[in-house]
Amino acid sequence: MADTRDIELTVNGESRTGTVETRTSLGDFLRHGLDLTGTHMGCEHGVCGACTVLVDGEAVRSCLMLAVQSNGHEITTVEGLAEDDGTLSALQEAFWKHHGLQCGFCTPGMLTSLSAFLRENPDPSERDVREAISGNICRCTGYQGIVDAALDAAKTMRKGS
Amino acid sequence: MKPAPFTYHDPITAGEAVSLLTKFEDAKVLAGGQSLMPMLNMRFVVPDHVIDLNRIDGIAGIRDGGDTIEIGAMTRQRDLMRNQVIATKAPIIGEALNWVGHFQTRNRGTIGGSLCHLDPAAELPCLMALYDAMLTLHGPSGPRQVPFAEWPLAYMLPSIGPDELLTGVSVPYWEGNTGHGFVEFARRHGDFAIVAVAALLTVDGGKITRAAISIGGADVHPIRLTEAEAALVGAAPNAAAFKAAAENARGIETMSDAYVTSAYRQRLAATLVERALSAAASIANENV
Ligand SMILES: Cc1cc2nc3c(=O)[nH]c(=O)nc-3n(C[C@@H](O)[C@H](O)[C@H](O)COP(=O)(O)OP(=O)(O)OC[C@H]3O[C@@H](n4cnc5c(N)ncnc54)[C@H](O)[C@@H]3O)c2cc1C
Ligand code: FES
Ligand code: FES
Repeated sequence: MADTRDIELTVNGESRTGTVETRTSLGDFLRHGLDLTGTHMGCEHGVCGACTVLVDGEAVRSCLMLAVQSNGHEITTVEGLAEDDGTLSALQEAFWKHHGLQCGFCTPGMLTSLSAFLRENPDPSERDVREAISGNICRCTGYQGIVDAALDAAKTMRKGS
Repeated sequence: MKPAPFTYHDPITAGEAVSLLTKFEDAKVLAGGQSLMPMLNMRFVVPDHVIDLNRIDGIAGIRDGGDTIEIGAMTRQRDLMRNQVIATKAPIIGEALNWVGHFQTRNRGTIGGSLCHLDPAAELPCLMALYDAMLTLHGPSGPRQVPFAEWPLAYMLPSIGPDELLTGVSVPYWEGNTGHGFVEFARRHGDFAIVAVAALLTVDGGKITRAAISIGGADVHPIRLTEAEAALVGAAPNAAAFKAAAENARGIETMSDAYVTSAYRQRLAATLVERALSAAASIANENV
């Protein structure tokens, strides 16, 4: 018989519950249990970064965490980065402006990772940004647009605060 | 690419975790999951039971023990990097952690997980070798201590029983006018090292009074360059002394793999030893 647990967590500000098989990853639970398909599963062994979400504000690989381990925690996915009325965050806006995405597969992981990174590093150098996304693989853009977007977003956010 | 079914346990004390390990034949403990989860996902490891340490109280945290830093096994790599005791007493640990995976993996990955996984190229085991750290294990018959030198038995095989838990690490920090150097060569930032070198030097009155050099990635577990360390003590911290240590590193046993030959690792070790020692000396000189 499958080993299951009931869990209760907060996802993008909303309280959610679910019954999960204990071997289910947080990423699969978000996608299949909660229909939040913004989080992308790529390599499922921690290398590509596409599945990155925020757990209690910190960026983590959702393929390397079990759904059951998120019980009682607060999760933010790419769906939770914009304002409630749909207004894009400064970072999302900058991705749009600088062509920070093409196919969009890596984008949820880039946005969640960089959101956490910029919160702690409001004035990063280009090198800092490249190091921050060293664990996020993009096969389309060549990274330049992503780096430009992150630096531009940092600037906008510094002005805003 | 999904784990095979297992039964999940989330004990809240270390004692409870040890009882579960004793009770079940085929159990794996889950720390940060940054190495175990990939192995579960790929079904390289197919345990019947997974014992999650993440809810256990009292085995995470960093404390100044007077002449040691006491670190709980479940302390996240990220917390080591943010810690003031480490930044002042053993700054090389925080610096080297920049090389351990990526900030997202460091948010979950623990020091205990890295020491138990014991990848030959992992940075934390290399540092624990450098400091002659003391590991504390808990098993059914109580706690025992293992000096790091006796921890690696073979390739990725630490000296830990199937019913034992690593609970903490004690890192004796260096007093006096000490400098450190950590240098690593990897294909890309965040990859495991091909070779990494960590060095500590204490300098007093223009002479080296204490030296330690640890090399990761070269062999199946970290190695200390004890001969070169002994030769450095009493010498002036200058280029000639560091060159001699580098020559000693060129002679170490190294492994070959599909990407990198043993001879290349020896050359890297020599170059990186020289760089790590120069970096350590320049910090020690600044401190004078
Ligand atoms: C993309 C990526 C890049 C990485 N790059 C690096 C790198 O450059 N350098 C590096 O060093 N590491 C690297 N790692 C691995 C590192 O992130 C892991 O943190 C570390 O190897 C294992 O720590 P963990 O806490 O995640 O342990 P887990 O994965 O949970 O456990 C690892 C092993 O140790 C055992 N174990 C864990 N804790 C205990 C304990 N307290 N007592 C007994 N047994 C225990 C587990 O049963 C398991 O066998 C990388 C990982 C990823 C995903
Ligand atoms: S799917 Fe999680 S890192 Fe690739
Ligand atoms: S936009 Fe296609 S992978 Fe990055």
